[in-house]
Amino acid sequence: MNFTFTQDQLDFQEAIASMLKSEVTADTIRARWSAEAGSDDAFLRQAHELGLYSMLVPEALGGLGLQTTDFILLAEACGEVALPEPVVESVMVSTPLLVDILDQGLGNADVQRVIDAVLGGEVRVAVGHSINPCINYADSADWFLLVDGNSIYLLPRDAVTLDAKKSVDPSRRLFTVSFKPDSQFLVADDDAGANLQRATLNRGALATAAQLVGLSKGMIAQSVQYSSDREQFGKAIGANQAVKHLLADVAVQLEYAKPVTYRAAYTVGVSPTRADFAVSHAKSAAARTALMASRHCIQVHGAMGYTWECDVQIWAKRAWALAREWGDEGFHNNRIHEWLLRKNALLGPEFTFGRGSLTDVA
Amino acid sequence: MELMYTQAQQSFRSEVRAWLSENVPNEQISSFDTAEGFEAHRKWERTLAKGNWGMVTWPTEFGGRGCDLIEWLIFEEEYYRAGAPLRVNQNGIFLLGPTLMEYGTPEQKERFIPAMASGDEIWAQGWSEPNAGSDMAAIRCRADRDGDEFVINGQKIWSTRAVYADWVFGLFRTDPDSTRHHGLSKILVPLNSEGVTVRPIPQLNGLPGFAEIFFDDVRVPAFNLLGGENEGWRIAMATAGFERGLMLRSPARFQQASKRLVQLYREHGSDVIDPSIEAAVVRCYMDAEAYALSTYQTASKLCSGGSIGAEASCNKIFWSEMDLLIHETAMKLLGARAEIEPQTAAEFAELGTWLDGFMFAQSGPIYAGTNEIQRNIIAERMLGMPRK
Repeated sequence: MNFTFTQDQLDFQEAIASMLKSEVTADTIRARWSAEAGSDDAFLRQAHELGLYSMLVPEALGGLGLQTTDFILLAEACGEVALPEPVVESVMVSTPLLVDILDQGLGNADVQRVIDAVLGGEVRVAVGHSINPCINYADSADWFLLVDGNSIYLLPRDAVTLDAKKSVDPSRRLFTVSFKPDSQFLVADDDAGANLQRATLNRGALATAAQLVGLSKGMIAQSVQYSSDREQFGKAIGANQAVKHLLADVAVQLEYAKPVTYRAAYTVGVSPTRADFAVSHAKSAAARTALMASRHCIQVHGAMGYTWECDVQIWAKRAWALAREWGDEGFHNNRIHEWLLRKNALLGPEFTFGRGSLTDVA
Repeated sequence: MELMYTQAQQSFRSEVRAWLSENVPNEQISSFDTAEGFEAHRKWERTLAKGNWGMVTWPTEFGGRGCDLIEWLIFEEEYYRAGAPLRVNQNGIFLLGPTLMEYGTPEQKERFIPAMASGDEIWAQGWSEPNAGSDMAAIRCRADRDGDEFVINGQKIWSTRAVYADWVFGLFRTDPDSTRHHGLSKILVPLNSEGVTVRPIPQLNGLPGFAEIFFDDVRVPAFNLLGGENEGWRIAMATAGFERGLMLRSPARFQQASKRLVQLYREHGSDVIDPSIEAAVVRCYMDAEAYALSTYQTASKLCSGGSIGAEASCNKIFWSEMDLLIHETAMKLLGARAEIEPQTAAEFAELGTWLDGFMFAQSGPIYAGTNEIQRNIIAERMLGMPRK
C-alpha cells in the first residue's frame, strides 16, 4: 500500500506545469478566441515533442507504455492553466480507445494507421459519445471515433458533417457531428462496443475530473492574488474573514477531490472493469469543487469578477462546461447510488481498496 | 502508487480481526461520561493493553507494536468494523502520548507512557479558560516556580473527560510578566492533587463529558513540566497539529457510520418523502471514502519520510461537517421518531444511537479549534492570504 507519486512523477509534473505556465497564459488563450483555427499549433508541436501523446500507448505499439497515474498530474496541470486544446482528451480518451480496439483484435487497417499517425503527431482524433451532445475542437480533428447504438465507427474528416455550436466558454469550439453508419468504418459493435463505450465514458469523466481539480487550483491562486492586492477600507480585502472563508471552503473541498481523483486514475489503469464507482466519485467531487470555486472566486473579485476583462472567466466558464461533460454530478451520483443499493456492494472501512483487504474474505 | 495491501498487511488485518472477535464485549457498555461507563471503558483499555493493542504505533517497550501508519489505519478499520468501545483515554493515547514521545525525557516517558497505555491513568485536556477559548494565547492560569515545584492557581474550562479522569495536561503561564503565547509551559497535573476542584459541566446530552477545573495553590513537582519552561506554546501546537492532523478522528469511524447510514436508508428510504435524501446518503458515503483516501495519502507520505503540511488543517472541517451530514441524514430517515431517546433494547434496535451521535456531531465544528478558526488558518497558512 503506497498512495504517493514517485519523485519522477512529481518532477515530470513540475517540468510540464512550468512549460504550461509560460506557454499557456490568459493572453495566449484570449488570442485563440479570435484566431481562425483556435488552436496554438506551436504549443501542440511542443506537447508532441515532450512525448505526451505517446505516454499511455503500450511500448509494443511504439508508445512509452506508462500508466494513467503517470499522466493524471499532467492532466491536472493542463486544467490549472485552462489549456483550451483537448490534449488531455487525446491522451486519456481517444488514443486509449484506439489501443483497446486494436488490443481486442477488432477494427480495421485504419486503426493501426491512425495510432501511428497520432504517435507521429500528424493527426488529431476526436471522440463522440451519447452522453455528450457536442465534440470540442471537432473542426481540427482529422479522424472521428463516433458511436451509434453499441457500434463504434472510425471515420475520416470527410465522412462526417460538422455543425458549429457556440459555447459559453469562448475557448471551446463545439460542434455536433453527424455521419452515416457505414460498415466500412465500423470498428466495434455488440457487447464489445458497449464495453468500450463504457470504458470511454469512465476515461472521459476522469479526464474532466483531473482538469476540474486543476481549474479549481488555478481559480484559488488568482483569487488569493487579487484579494491580497485589492484594498478597501485601508487594507487588503483578503484580510477579511468573510473573504478568507470563501476561499478556505474551496480549498477544503479541493483537498479531498484530489486523492479521490488519483484513486480513480489508479483504478482506471489497473482494473478498468471495476472503475465505475471510483470514476463517478472523482467526477462528482471534482465538479462540485470546481463549481464552488467558480462561484466563490467570481465573488471574491467583486464587480471585476463580472467583467469580460477579468481573466477568472476563462477558468470559471471552463468549469461550468467540464462539470457537465462526460456525465454531470447527477449522472455520476446516480451511478454511486445504484452501487450502494446493490445487495453485494462491499461497504465499510475494510473495503476502501476493494476486496483485497484480507486474503480469506469471501 | 500501489493501492493494494501487502501479504504482511493482510496477515496483520487477520490477526487484528481475530483478536477483536475474541475480545470485544458483546453487550453495549454505557457512555464513558457516566461513572459506571467510565470504569467499564477503563477495563476495556486494560484488555487492549494486555493484548498489546492499546496503541499499535508505539514502540514495543511502551506496550505498542511499532506499527507504521498504514497498519494503524488497518487496525482502526477493524476496530470500527468490530464495533469496539470508544477510546476513553484518547486524550492520552492520541494527543499527549505522541507529544511525550517527542518532547519527554526518558524518565518522563518511563513514568507516564506505560500507565497511559495500560489504562491505569486516564487523561483530561486543560487548554481553554473562561477568557481563553479560540484565543488560546490569552491563557492566565498561573504556574509559579517554587524550588522543585510549580504552584498552580487559576481555572480551566471545557476540560474533556476531567470528571472521571486521573490526570490533566494543559498550558499554564509560568512567566508572570509574559503576554500572549510567550511564557507558557505544558504541565501535567494529577487531578487528585490537594487544591484541585473539578466541577462537572453537563453537555448537550445531559452527561458531564467535560468540566471546569479550579486550581488553588496546587503543587506539582517540576518533573511534570513537559518540554522547556516557557516553551509550552510550541509544544501545544505540536499536539494540536497532531489532533487536527491525523489521529483524532480516524476515517474508519465515519466509514462505519456511513455504512450504517446506507443500511438505515435501505430500510427506511422509501418511508421518507424527501428527494434530497438520496443525494445526502450518496454524499456521506463519498465523503467518508474521500477522507479515508486522503488519510491513506498522508500516511503514505509520512511513511516515506514526508511531513504533514498546512493542508492538514482541512481535515477537521471536512470530518466534522461530514459527521453532521451523516447524522442529520439519519435524523431525516427516522422522521418524527428521531426525537425519541431509546431506553429499552427494543428501542435501541429500532432507533440505534443516531440521536446521541447527532447531538455529539454538533460539537465537532466547535472543539479542537472551531471551524471558523480553522478556515482562518487555511486561508492564511495554506493559501497565503493576508493576516491583516
